[in-house]
Amino acid sequence: MEAIEVTGLRKTYKDKEAVRGIDLVVARGEIFALLGPNGAGKTTSVEILEGHRRRDGGDVRVLGEDPGTAGPSWRSRIGIVLQDASDAADLTVTEMVRHVAGFYPEPREAAEVIELVGLTPKRNSKIRKLSGGQRRRVDVALGIIGRPELLFLDEPTTGFDPQARRQFWDLIRTLAGDGTTILLTTHYLDEAEALADRLAVLADGAIVAEGTPATLGGRAAGGAKVSWQENGRTRTEQLADPSDLIRKLAADGTDLRTLTITRPTLEDTYLDLIGARR
Amino acid sequence: MTSMSLSRGHVEILQFLRDRTSVIFTFLFPALLLLLFGTIFGDSYDQPGVSASQVYAASMLAYGILTTGFVTMGAGLALDREDGTLKRLRGTPLPIMSYLIGKLLLVLVLAVAEAALLILVGVLVYDMPLPDASHWLTFSWLFVLSVVACTLLGIAVSGIVKHARNAGAILNVPVVVLQFISGVFIHPITQLPSWLITVASFFPIKWMAQGFRYVFLPDGMKSLEAAGSWELGRTALVLGAWCVIGLVLCLTTFRWSERDR
Repeated sequence: MEAIEVTGLRKTYKDKEAVRGIDLVVARGEIFALLGPNGAGKTTSVEILEGHRRRDGGDVRVLGEDPGTAGPSWRSRIGIVLQDASDAADLTVTEMVRHVAGFYPEPREAAEVIELVGLTPKRNSKIRKLSGGQRRRVDVALGIIGRPELLFLDEPTTGFDPQARRQFWDLIRTLAGDGTTILLTTHYLDEAEALADRLAVLADGAIVAEGTPATLGGRAAGGAKVSWQENGRTRTEQLADPSDLIRKLAADGTDLRTLTITRPTLEDTYLDLIGARR
Repeated sequence: MTSMSLSRGHVEILQFLRDRTSVIFTFLFPALLLLLFGTIFGDSYDQPGVSASQVYAASMLAYGILTTGFVTMGAGLALDREDGTLKRLRGTPLPIMSYLIGKLLLVLVLAVAEAALLILVGVLVYDMPLPDASHWLTFSWLFVLSVVACTLLGIAVSGIVKHARNAGAILNVPVVVLQFISGVFIHPITQLPSWLITVASFFPIKWMAQGFRYVFLPDGMKSLEAAGSWELGRTALVLGAWCVIGLVLCLTTFRWSERDR
Protein backbone atom coordinates (compact mmCIF):
# COMPACT_ATOMS: atom_id res chain seq x y z
CA MET A 1 0.00 0.00 0.00
CA GLU A 2 1.26 3.49 -0.87
CA ALA A 3 1.50 6.21 1.78
CA ILE A 4 -0.47 8.73 -0.29
CA GLU A 5 -2.70 8.12 -3.31
CA VAL A 6 -4.53 11.04 -4.89
CA THR A 7 -6.60 11.04 -8.06
CA GLY A 8 -8.41 13.99 -9.59
CA LEU A 9 -8.20 16.20 -6.47
CA ARG A 10 -10.18 19.42 -6.82
CA LYS A 11 -10.82 22.42 -4.58
CA THR A 12 -12.58 25.67 -5.40
CA TYR A 13 -12.78 28.78 -3.23
CA LYS A 14 -15.73 30.99 -4.11
CA ASP A 15 -14.69 32.00 -7.65
CA LYS A 16 -11.15 30.61 -7.77
CA GLU A 17 -10.21 27.05 -8.68
CA ALA A 18 -7.26 26.51 -6.35
CA VAL A 19 -6.62 22.85 -7.16
CA ARG A 20 -7.57 21.57 -10.59
CA GLY A 21 -7.37 17.82 -10.76
CA ILE A 22 -4.17 16.61 -9.11
CA ASP A 23 -2.93 13.00 -9.33
CA LEU A 24 -0.20 12.02 -6.91
CA VAL A 25 1.35 8.86 -5.51
CA VAL A 26 3.87 8.86 -2.67
CA ALA A 27 5.44 5.51 -1.79
CA ARG A 28 6.16 4.42 1.76
CA GLY A 29 9.55 5.52 3.04
CA GLU A 30 9.92 8.13 0.34
CA ILE A 31 10.79 11.82 0.71
CA PHE A 32 8.52 13.58 -1.74
CA ALA A 33 8.79 17.32 -2.37
CA LEU A 34 6.02 19.51 -3.71
CA LEU A 35 7.38 22.66 -5.35
CA GLY A 36 5.55 25.66 -6.66
CA PRO A 37 5.19 29.41 -6.41
CA ASN A 38 2.93 31.07 -3.85
CA GLY A 39 -0.71 30.58 -4.76
CA ALA A 40 -0.01 27.44 -6.80
CA GLY A 41 -2.19 25.33 -4.49
CA LYS A 42 0.55 23.65 -2.43
CA THR A 43 -0.81 24.49 0.99
CA THR A 44 -4.41 23.78 -0.02
CA SER A 45 -3.43 20.35 -1.34
CA VAL A 46 -1.38 19.49 1.73
CA GLU A 47 -4.10 20.67 4.09
CA ILE A 48 -6.58 18.37 2.35
CA LEU A 49 -4.17 15.46 2.79
CA GLU A 50 -3.74 16.37 6.48
CA GLY A 51 -7.49 16.35 7.03
CA HIS A 52 -7.55 20.10 7.77
CA ARG A 53 -9.59 21.04 4.75
CA ARG A 54 -12.41 19.53 2.74
CA ARG A 55 -12.07 18.72 -0.92
CA ASP A 56 -14.61 19.37 -3.65
CA GLY A 57 -13.72 16.40 -5.81
CA GLY A 58 -11.38 13.49 -6.36
CA ASP A 59 -10.27 10.48 -4.39
CA VAL A 60 -7.73 10.76 -1.58
CA ARG A 61 -6.14 7.95 0.44
CA VAL A 62 -3.57 8.75 3.10
CA LEU A 63 -2.17 5.69 4.92
CA GLY A 64 -5.14 3.84 3.44
CA GLU A 65 -7.82 6.17 4.83
CA ASP A 66 -9.80 9.15 3.60
CA PRO A 67 -8.47 12.16 5.58
CA GLY A 68 -11.90 13.79 5.35
CA THR A 69 -13.47 11.12 7.57
CA ALA A 70 -10.50 9.51 9.37
CA GLY A 71 -10.49 9.53 13.17
CA PRO A 72 -8.03 9.80 16.06
CA SER A 73 -6.27 6.48 15.38
CA TRP A 74 -5.37 7.71 11.88
CA ARG A 75 -4.18 11.03 13.30
CA SER A 76 -1.89 9.18 15.69
CA ARG A 77 -0.05 7.79 12.63
CA ILE A 78 0.60 11.14 10.93
CA GLY A 79 2.68 14.11 12.03
CA ILE A 80 2.08 17.68 10.95
CA VAL A 81 4.62 20.47 11.18
CA LEU A 82 2.68 23.73 11.16
CA GLN A 83 3.83 26.63 9.04
CA ASP A 84 2.90 29.71 11.05
CA ALA A 85 1.71 28.73 14.51
CA SER A 86 2.38 30.97 17.50
CA ASP A 87 0.52 28.90 20.09
CA ALA A 88 1.62 27.82 23.58
CA ALA A 89 3.76 30.96 23.92
CA ASP A 90 3.60 30.86 27.72
CA LEU A 91 4.68 27.23 28.05
CA THR A 92 8.26 26.02 28.08
CA VAL A 93 9.60 23.81 25.30
CA THR A 94 9.64 20.74 27.56
CA GLU A 95 6.15 21.41 28.92
CA MET A 96 4.63 21.68 25.45
CA VAL A 97 6.46 18.67 24.00
CA ARG A 98 5.47 16.52 27.00
CA HIS A 99 1.90 17.76 26.79
CA VAL A 100 1.50 16.83 23.11
CA ALA A 101 3.32 13.51 23.66
CA GLY A 102 0.44 12.58 25.96
CA PHE A 103 -2.00 12.49 23.01
CA TYR A 104 -0.21 9.59 21.28
CA PRO A 105 -0.27 5.87 22.03
CA GLU A 106 3.50 5.35 21.57
CA PRO A 107 5.25 8.71 21.71
CA ARG A 108 8.98 9.28 21.52
CA GLU A 109 10.77 10.45 24.65
CA ALA A 110 10.33 14.23 25.00
CA ALA A 111 13.98 14.86 25.94
CA GLU A 112 15.17 12.75 23.01
CA VAL A 113 13.05 14.71 20.52
CA ILE A 114 14.15 18.04 21.97
CA GLU A 115 17.77 16.90 21.58
CA LEU A 116 17.07 15.76 18.01
CA VAL A 117 15.87 19.24 16.99
CA GLY A 118 18.78 20.86 18.82
CA LEU A 119 16.77 22.66 21.51
CA THR A 120 18.24 21.01 24.59
CA PRO A 121 19.89 24.28 25.74
CA LYS A 122 16.49 25.99 25.40
CA ARG A 123 14.35 23.23 26.89
CA ASN A 124 13.27 25.29 29.89
CA SER A 125 12.70 28.54 27.99
CA LYS A 126 9.22 29.86 27.34
CA ILE A 127 8.33 29.35 23.69
CA ARG A 128 7.56 33.09 23.51
CA LYS A 129 11.24 33.84 24.10
CA LEU A 130 12.57 31.72 21.22
CA SER A 131 13.83 33.06 17.89
CA GLY A 132 11.87 32.37 14.71
CA GLY A 133 14.07 29.45 13.74
CA GLN A 134 13.95 27.93 17.22
CA ARG A 135 10.18 28.30 17.25
CA ARG A 136 10.00 26.31 14.00
CA ARG A 137 12.13 23.60 15.55
CA VAL A 138 9.55 23.31 18.33
CA ASP A 139 6.97 22.77 15.58
CA VAL A 140 9.13 20.01 14.14
CA ALA A 141 9.53 18.41 17.57
CA LEU A 142 5.75 18.43 18.02
CA GLY A 143 5.31 16.96 14.54
CA ILE A 144 7.51 13.94 15.23
CA ILE A 145 6.81 13.33 18.93
CA GLY A 146 4.08 10.78 18.11
CA ARG A 147 6.41 8.58 16.01
CA PRO A 148 4.47 9.27 12.78
CA GLU A 149 4.54 6.94 9.78
CA LEU A 150 3.98 9.95 7.56
CA LEU A 151 5.23 13.45 8.24
CA PHE A 152 3.92 16.62 6.57
CA LEU A 153 6.38 19.50 6.35
CA ASP A 154 4.99 22.70 4.91
CA GLU A 155 7.89 25.04 4.12
CA PRO A 156 9.79 23.89 7.19
CA THR A 157 13.03 25.88 6.91
CA THR A 158 11.65 29.35 6.22
CA GLY A 159 13.57 31.70 8.54
CA PHE A 160 16.41 29.25 9.26
CA ASP A 161 20.03 30.35 8.99
CA PRO A 162 22.21 28.21 6.66
CA GLN A 163 23.67 26.17 9.48
CA ALA A 164 20.28 25.46 11.01
CA ARG A 165 19.01 24.38 7.59
CA ARG A 166 21.84 21.85 7.20
CA GLN A 167 21.10 20.46 10.66
CA PHE A 168 17.45 20.29 9.80
CA TRP A 169 18.18 18.40 6.58
CA ASP A 170 20.22 15.88 8.56
CA LEU A 171 17.28 15.45 10.89
CA ILE A 172 14.92 14.79 7.97
CA ARG A 173 17.36 12.24 6.54
CA THR A 174 17.55 10.54 9.93
CA LEU A 175 13.75 10.32 10.10
CA ALA A 176 13.56 9.02 6.53
CA GLY A 177 16.29 6.51 7.39
CA ASP A 178 14.00 5.16 10.13
CA GLY A 179 11.31 4.57 7.49
CA THR A 180 9.19 7.72 7.97
CA THR A 181 7.49 8.85 4.76
CA ILE A 182 7.89 12.59 4.29
CA LEU A 183 5.85 15.01 2.23
CA LEU A 184 7.64 18.32 1.99
CA THR A 185 6.62 21.59 0.39
CA THR A 186 9.30 24.16 -0.15
CA HIS A 187 10.34 27.27 -2.04
CA TYR A 188 13.99 26.30 -1.87
CA LEU A 189 15.19 24.26 -4.80
CA ASP A 190 18.46 23.32 -3.12
CA GLU A 191 16.38 21.89 -0.30
CA ALA A 192 14.29 19.79 -2.67
CA GLU A 193 17.42 18.66 -4.50
CA ALA A 194 19.23 17.77 -1.28
CA LEU A 195 16.36 15.86 0.31
CA ALA A 196 13.78 14.58 -2.13
CA ASP A 197 13.69 11.15 -3.69
CA ARG A 198 11.00 12.41 -6.03
CA LEU A 199 9.30 15.74 -6.58
CA ALA A 200 6.44 17.40 -8.40
CA VAL A 201 6.01 20.98 -9.55
CA LEU A 202 2.64 22.57 -8.96
CA ALA A 203 1.62 25.67 -10.93
CA ASP A 204 -1.81 27.22 -11.04
CA GLY A 205 -3.46 24.29 -9.29
CA ALA A 206 -2.09 21.56 -11.54
CA ILE A 207 1.02 19.38 -11.61
CA VAL A 208 3.20 20.50 -14.52
CA ALA A 209 6.07 18.07 -13.99
CA GLU A 210 7.00 15.13 -11.83
CA GLY A 211 10.19 13.14 -11.48
CA THR A 212 13.41 12.78 -9.53
CA PRO A 213 15.60 15.84 -8.91
CA ALA A 214 17.87 14.60 -11.72
CA THR A 215 15.19 13.96 -14.33
CA LEU A 216 12.52 16.56 -13.56
CA GLY A 217 11.10 18.31 -16.60
CA GLY A 218 13.47 16.53 -19.03
CA ARG A 219 16.46 17.90 -17.15
CA ALA A 220 18.58 14.78 -17.90
CA ALA A 221 17.89 15.13 -21.61
CA GLY A 222 18.19 18.90 -21.52
CA GLY A 223 21.68 18.87 -23.00
CA ALA A 224 24.57 21.09 -22.08
CA LYS A 225 25.90 24.55 -22.71
CA VAL A 226 29.57 24.60 -23.72
CA SER A 227 31.53 27.81 -23.68
CA TRP A 228 35.20 28.65 -24.10
CA GLN A 229 37.49 31.54 -25.05
CA GLU A 230 38.82 31.70 -28.58
CA ASN A 231 40.95 34.59 -29.84
CA GLY A 232 39.81 36.71 -26.89
CA ARG A 233 36.10 36.11 -27.61
CA THR A 234 33.65 33.97 -25.68
CA ARG A 235 32.09 31.24 -27.80
CA THR A 236 28.97 29.40 -26.63
CA GLU A 237 27.18 26.37 -28.04
CA GLN A 238 24.01 24.64 -26.80
CA LEU A 239 24.11 20.91 -27.58
CA ALA A 240 22.20 17.73 -26.76
CA ASP A 241 25.51 15.86 -26.54
CA PRO A 242 28.74 17.89 -26.24
CA SER A 243 31.11 14.94 -26.79
CA ASP A 244 31.89 15.55 -30.46
CA LEU A 245 32.49 19.26 -29.96
CA ILE A 246 34.91 18.66 -27.08
CA ARG A 247 36.85 16.06 -29.11
CA LYS A 248 37.08 18.46 -32.05
CA LEU A 249 38.23 21.39 -29.89
CA ALA A 250 40.89 19.22 -28.26
CA ALA A 251 42.10 17.93 -31.62
CA ASP A 252 42.31 21.49 -32.98
CA GLY A 253 44.61 22.46 -30.16
CA THR A 254 42.23 25.17 -28.85
CA ASP A 255 43.17 26.62 -25.46
CA LEU A 256 40.71 24.86 -23.12
CA ARG A 257 41.69 26.46 -19.82
CA THR A 258 38.46 28.50 -19.79
CA LEU A 259 36.18 25.68 -20.98
CA THR A 260 32.91 25.28 -19.04
CA ILE A 261 30.14 22.77 -19.57
CA THR A 262 26.93 23.59 -17.73
CA ARG A 263 23.79 21.56 -17.53
CA PRO A 264 20.43 23.15 -16.57
CA THR A 265 20.13 23.48 -12.79
CA LEU A 266 17.00 22.39 -11.01
CA GLU A 267 16.27 26.07 -10.65
CA ASP A 268 16.45 26.68 -14.43
CA THR A 269 14.17 23.72 -15.04
CA TYR A 270 11.78 24.87 -12.36
CA LEU A 271 11.59 28.44 -13.65
CA ASP A 272 10.92 27.12 -17.17
CA LEU A 273 8.18 24.90 -15.83
CA ILE A 274 6.32 27.57 -13.90
CA GLY A 275 7.16 30.30 -16.44
CA ALA A 276 5.49 28.30 -19.20
CA ARG A 277 2.23 28.66 -17.35
CA ARG A 278 2.27 32.40 -17.01
CA MET B 1 -9.52 10.58 27.13
CA THR B 2 -9.78 11.54 30.81
CA SER B 3 -6.03 11.97 31.17
CA MET B 4 -5.88 14.02 27.96
CA SER B 5 -8.69 16.27 29.20
CA LEU B 6 -6.95 16.76 32.54
CA SER B 7 -3.70 17.48 30.73
CA ARG B 8 -5.50 20.10 28.60
CA GLY B 9 -7.01 21.63 31.75
CA HIS B 10 -3.59 21.76 33.40
CA VAL B 11 -2.02 23.48 30.39
CA GLU B 12 -4.93 25.94 30.08
CA ILE B 13 -4.63 26.97 33.74
CA LEU B 14 -0.85 27.23 33.49
CA GLN B 15 -1.11 29.52 30.47
CA PHE B 16 -3.81 31.65 32.09
CA LEU B 17 -1.75 32.19 35.24
CA ARG B 18 1.34 33.11 33.24
CA ASP B 19 -0.54 35.74 31.26
CA ARG B 20 -0.73 38.56 33.79
CA THR B 21 -3.00 40.74 31.66
CA SER B 22 -5.84 38.24 31.73
CA VAL B 23 -5.37 37.64 35.45
CA ILE B 24 -5.76 41.32 36.20
CA PHE B 25 -8.37 42.34 33.67
CA THR B 26 -10.77 39.45 33.63
CA PHE B 27 -10.17 37.90 37.01
CA LEU B 28 -9.67 40.80 39.39
CA PHE B 29 -11.98 43.26 37.65
CA PRO B 30 -15.29 42.09 39.22
CA ALA B 31 -13.77 42.37 42.71
CA LEU B 32 -12.52 45.84 41.86
CA LEU B 33 -15.99 46.86 40.69
CA LEU B 34 -17.49 45.44 43.87
CA LEU B 35 -15.16 47.56 45.99
CA LEU B 36 -15.97 50.58 43.87
CA PHE B 37 -19.77 50.19 43.98
CA GLY B 38 -19.68 49.21 47.62
CA THR B 39 -17.77 52.37 48.48
CA ILE B 40 -19.85 54.73 46.32
CA PHE B 41 -23.29 53.50 47.34
CA GLY B 42 -22.39 52.54 50.91
CA ASP B 43 -25.34 51.78 53.16
CA SER B 44 -28.12 53.54 51.28
CA TYR B 45 -30.86 50.94 51.81
CA ASP B 46 -34.11 51.26 53.72
CA GLN B 47 -34.24 47.52 54.43
CA PRO B 48 -33.03 46.88 58.01
CA GLY B 49 -29.87 44.81 58.38
CA VAL B 50 -28.90 44.95 54.74
CA SER B 51 -26.45 47.32 53.14
CA ALA B 52 -26.17 48.17 49.46
CA SER B 53 -22.65 46.81 49.47
CA GLN B 54 -23.96 43.41 50.55
CA VAL B 55 -26.50 43.45 47.73
CA TYR B 56 -23.69 44.25 45.31
CA ALA B 57 -21.53 41.48 46.72
CA ALA B 58 -24.28 38.95 46.02
CA SER B 59 -25.24 40.29 42.59
CA MET B 60 -21.64 40.70 41.49
CA LEU B 61 -21.23 36.92 41.67
CA ALA B 62 -23.37 36.73 38.55
CA TYR B 63 -21.11 39.23 36.81
CA GLY B 64 -17.99 37.35 37.90
CA ILE B 65 -19.26 34.06 36.52
CA LEU B 66 -20.43 35.70 33.31
CA THR B 67 -17.04 37.27 32.59
CA THR B 68 -15.08 34.14 33.48
CA GLY B 69 -17.34 31.84 31.48
CA PHE B 70 -18.43 33.97 28.57
CA VAL B 71 -15.49 36.32 28.02
CA THR B 72 -12.65 33.93 28.93
CA MET B 73 -14.15 31.26 26.74
CA GLY B 74 -15.18 33.46 23.82
CA ALA B 75 -11.89 35.34 23.63
CA GLY B 76 -9.81 32.26 24.45
CA LEU B 77 -11.33 30.22 21.66
CA ALA B 78 -10.93 33.03 19.13
CA LEU B 79 -7.29 33.30 20.15
CA ASP B 80 -6.75 29.53 19.93
CA ARG B 81 -8.17 29.65 16.44
CA GLU B 82 -5.87 32.49 15.45
CA ASP B 83 -2.55 31.43 16.99
CA GLY B 84 -2.69 27.87 15.67
CA THR B 85 -3.61 26.06 18.91
CA LEU B 86 -6.73 24.53 17.40
CA LYS B 87 -5.03 23.71 14.14
CA ARG B 88 -2.20 21.99 15.98
CA LEU B 89 -4.56 19.98 18.19
CA ARG B 90 -6.73 18.98 15.27
CA GLY B 91 -3.69 17.37 13.65
CA THR B 92 -3.22 15.13 16.70
CA PRO B 93 -5.37 12.27 18.04
CA LEU B 94 -6.74 14.56 20.78
CA PRO B 95 -10.56 14.35 20.73
CA ILE B 96 -12.37 17.69 20.40
CA MET B 97 -14.24 16.90 23.63
CA SER B 98 -10.95 16.77 25.55
CA TYR B 99 -10.10 20.22 24.27
CA LEU B 100 -13.49 21.59 25.35
CA ILE B 101 -13.35 19.83 28.72
CA GLY B 102 -9.92 21.39 29.23
CA LYS B 103 -11.43 24.82 28.61
CA LEU B 104 -14.34 24.02 30.91
CA LEU B 105 -11.90 22.98 33.65
CA LEU B 106 -10.15 26.33 33.28
CA VAL B 107 -13.45 28.17 33.56
CA LEU B 108 -14.55 26.06 36.55
CA VAL B 109 -11.33 26.71 38.46
CA LEU B 110 -11.49 30.41 37.60
CA ALA B 111 -15.17 30.66 38.51
CA VAL B 112 -14.64 28.95 41.89
CA ALA B 113 -11.73 31.27 42.63
CA GLU B 114 -13.71 34.27 41.40
CA ALA B 115 -16.72 33.38 43.56
CA ALA B 116 -14.46 32.77 46.57
CA LEU B 117 -12.79 36.13 46.06
CA LEU B 118 -16.09 38.02 45.76
CA ILE B 119 -17.61 36.25 48.78
CA LEU B 120 -14.43 36.97 50.73
CA VAL B 121 -14.63 40.68 49.88
CA GLY B 122 -18.34 40.65 50.80
CA VAL B 123 -17.68 38.99 54.15
CA LEU B 124 -14.49 40.79 55.15
CA VAL B 125 -15.19 44.28 53.83
CA TYR B 126 -18.99 44.51 53.96
CA ASP B 127 -19.89 42.13 56.82
CA MET B 128 -22.02 39.97 54.54
CA PRO B 129 -23.24 37.04 56.69
CA LEU B 130 -22.60 33.54 55.28
CA PRO B 131 -25.81 31.55 54.67
CA ASP B 132 -26.90 28.19 56.10
CA ALA B 133 -26.52 24.75 54.50
CA SER B 134 -29.77 24.74 52.50
CA HIS B 135 -28.82 28.04 50.90
CA TRP B 136 -25.39 26.61 50.00
CA LEU B 137 -27.18 23.74 48.30
CA THR B 138 -29.05 26.25 46.14
CA PHE B 139 -25.75 28.02 45.59
CA SER B 140 -24.18 24.82 44.20
CA TRP B 141 -26.75 24.10 41.50
CA LEU B 142 -27.06 27.75 40.66
CA PHE B 143 -23.28 28.01 40.33
CA VAL B 144 -22.97 24.92 38.12
CA LEU B 145 -25.86 25.89 35.83
CA SER B 146 -24.49 29.43 35.53
CA VAL B 147 -20.96 28.32 34.69
CA VAL B 148 -22.13 25.77 32.12
CA ALA B 149 -24.57 28.16 30.42
CA CYS B 150 -22.04 31.02 30.24
CA THR B 151 -19.24 28.75 29.03
CA LEU B 152 -21.34 27.18 26.28
CA LEU B 153 -22.52 30.62 25.14
CA GLY B 154 -18.90 31.77 25.15
CA ILE B 155 -17.93 28.90 22.84
CA ALA B 156 -20.89 29.64 20.59
CA VAL B 157 -20.17 33.36 20.37
CA SER B 158 -16.48 32.79 19.54
CA GLY B 159 -17.68 31.75 16.09
CA ILE B 160 -18.64 35.33 15.24
CA VAL B 161 -15.38 36.82 16.54
CA LYS B 162 -13.26 37.20 13.41
CA HIS B 163 -10.07 38.48 15.01
CA ALA B 164 -8.95 37.73 18.53
CA ARG B 165 -7.87 41.33 19.09
CA ASN B 166 -11.52 42.43 18.74
CA ALA B 167 -12.82 39.75 21.06
CA GLY B 168 -12.74 41.86 24.22
CA ALA B 169 -14.65 44.70 22.58
CA ILE B 170 -17.28 42.45 20.99
CA LEU B 171 -17.86 40.25 24.00
CA ASN B 172 -18.02 43.02 26.57
CA VAL B 173 -20.89 44.83 24.85
CA PRO B 174 -23.55 42.22 25.73
CA VAL B 175 -21.89 41.66 29.11
CA VAL B 176 -21.99 45.31 30.21
CA VAL B 177 -25.45 45.98 28.78
CA LEU B 178 -26.83 42.96 30.62
CA GLN B 179 -25.26 44.09 33.92
CA PHE B 180 -27.24 47.32 33.74
CA ILE B 181 -30.60 45.80 32.88
CA SER B 182 -30.37 42.61 34.96
CA GLY B 183 -30.24 44.06 38.47
CA VAL B 184 -26.46 43.70 38.95
CA PHE B 185 -25.34 47.34 38.71
CA ILE B 186 -28.80 48.78 39.38
CA HIS B 187 -30.93 47.28 42.09
CA PRO B 188 -33.83 47.17 42.97
CA ILE B 189 -34.38 46.09 39.40
CA THR B 190 -37.93 47.50 39.69
CA GLN B 191 -36.52 50.99 39.06
CA LEU B 192 -36.20 49.98 35.40
CA PRO B 193 -39.03 50.34 32.88
CA SER B 194 -41.03 47.14 32.88
CA TRP B 195 -40.30 46.40 29.20
CA LEU B 196 -36.58 46.47 29.97
CA ILE B 197 -37.10 43.98 32.79
CA THR B 198 -38.98 41.80 30.32
CA VAL B 199 -36.04 41.97 27.92
CA ALA B 200 -33.57 41.12 30.71
CA SER B 201 -35.73 38.16 31.73
CA PHE B 202 -34.94 36.41 28.46
CA PHE B 203 -31.24 36.29 29.35
CA PRO B 204 -29.56 34.20 32.05
CA ILE B 205 -27.81 36.96 33.98
CA LYS B 206 -30.95 38.38 35.61
CA TRP B 207 -31.77 34.96 37.04
CA MET B 208 -28.22 34.32 38.15
CA ALA B 209 -28.09 37.62 40.07
CA GLN B 210 -31.53 37.04 41.59
CA GLY B 211 -30.49 33.53 42.66
CA PHE B 212 -27.30 34.72 44.34
CA ARG B 213 -29.26 37.40 46.17
CA TYR B 214 -31.53 34.65 47.48
CA VAL B 215 -28.49 32.76 48.74
CA PHE B 216 -26.78 35.64 50.54
CA LEU B 217 -29.50 38.13 51.54
CA PRO B 218 -32.27 37.94 54.17
CA ASP B 219 -35.56 36.52 52.90
CA GLY B 220 -37.27 39.90 53.26
CA MET B 221 -35.27 41.28 50.35
CA LYS B 222 -37.44 39.30 47.93
CA SER B 223 -39.91 42.20 48.01
CA LEU B 224 -37.42 44.19 45.93
CA GLU B 225 -37.35 41.60 43.14
CA ALA B 226 -39.36 42.05 39.95
CA ALA B 227 -41.87 39.34 40.89
CA GLY B 228 -41.74 40.08 44.63
CA SER B 229 -40.41 36.54 45.19
CA TRP B 230 -37.17 34.56 44.58
CA GLU B 231 -38.63 32.41 41.75
CA LEU B 232 -36.04 29.63 42.22
CA GLY B 233 -37.91 27.15 40.05
CA ARG B 234 -38.13 29.55 37.16
CA THR B 235 -34.44 30.40 37.59
CA ALA B 236 -33.47 26.74 37.24
CA LEU B 237 -35.72 26.45 34.20
CA VAL B 238 -34.33 29.50 32.40
CA LEU B 239 -30.69 28.61 33.12
CA GLY B 240 -31.30 25.00 32.10
CA ALA B 241 -32.86 26.22 28.85
CA TRP B 242 -29.80 28.40 28.17
CA CYS B 243 -27.53 25.41 28.73
CA VAL B 244 -29.47 23.54 26.03
CA ILE B 245 -29.52 26.55 23.68
CA GLY B 246 -25.78 27.07 24.25
CA LEU B 247 -25.03 23.43 23.52
CA VAL B 248 -27.05 23.49 20.30
CA LEU B 249 -25.34 26.72 19.19
CA CYS B 250 -21.93 25.21 19.97
CA LEU B 251 -22.58 22.11 17.95
CA THR B 252 -23.94 24.02 14.97
CA THR B 253 -21.48 26.94 14.87
CA PHE B 254 -18.16 25.50 16.08
CA ARG B 255 -15.32 26.12 13.63
CA TRP B 256 -11.77 24.78 13.85
CA SER B 257 -10.23 27.70 11.97
CA GLU B 258 -11.19 31.18 10.80
CA ARG B 259 -11.24 29.97 7.20
CA ASP B 260 -12.66 26.50 7.66
CA ARG B 261 -14.28 24.60 4.78
